[in-house]
Amino acid sequence: MRFINYSFFCPIFDTQKNAIMPEHQINPNNWIDLYSDYLYNYTISRVRDREMAQDLVQDTFLAGLKSMENFKGEASERTWLVSILKRKIIDNYRKINSNKGKAEIRINYNDTENEGDWLEERVADPFDRTAEDSIQNSELGDAIHDCLSKLPQKQADVFKLKTIQGFETEIICNELNITPSNLWVIIHRARTAMANCLKQNWF
Amino acid sequence: MSKIKIVIPCDEANHVCDKTQYKNATLWEKIKLNIHLLYCRACRDYTKNNTKLTKAIKKSKVECLDQSTKVKMKKTLDNAIEEQSR
Repeated sequence: MRFINYSFFCPIFDTQKNAIMPEHQINPNNWIDLYSDYLYNYTISRVRDREMAQDLVQDTFLAGLKSMENFKGEASERTWLVSILKRKIIDNYRKINSNKGKAEIRINYNDTENEGDWLEERVADPFDRTAEDSIQNSELGDAIHDCLSKLPQKQADVFKLKTIQGFETEIICNELNITPSNLWVIIHRARTAMANCLKQNWF
Repeated sequence: MSKIKIVIPCDEANHVCDKTQYKNATLWEKIKLNIHLLYCRACRDYTKNNTKLTKAIKKSKVECLDQSTKVKMKKTLDNAIEEQSR
């Protein structure tokens, strides 16, 4: 009867613990493993240039490292990094624009030759669904990476190598030092988890 | 001839189904899978979801960083971490 849980009587312990340890911790050593793919995919659907996207992701990590003390632990690490990345992407567009030196005006409504055409130009083309489709696709990409980040590290790695990068079974087995049957078990688990996750979030 | 199995258990069917998604299954395996799917509802559902997943990933054109780029990024970040802690 002596083992009484004192923290039950003294709720101040709990609050103190919260004050010392915020909800989210920051640890830059794991950043590349955990978030680089997600951030890269996020960038590439907005910049459309692989080299540029890689540079932007790298810049984001470095900027995040520099302003680590500003991280309050209110949001998760990834959300915080994405907010930095967003700024980087906007800055990138600004830079491109200032290189051009001026804003581009593409439609000239004072052109006498095409007089009267402008109304037609403004009507939405029902057959042009490419823009909307590509938006949906980039969101699907985000959803897939969201689900991937919920998988255990090993399953996610194998799944990425096999499904997204399309490596052969033997190569992955050699690289990760596992047997083929082992690989298929991991793939099976990953696929089941991914299908469930996407079912909830997407389909 | 009794060695040839036409009826396969569910776990094997799922394994073949996974292989089919990566085009790794042989023709005989695929025939066996389809025979299994004729009478097994659970595996039909699994196959349906699995195919859907493959299609979604293909459609979304998700990309990952390759390993060498990641190693390079990690090195740069590690250097920066070291510099900062100094």
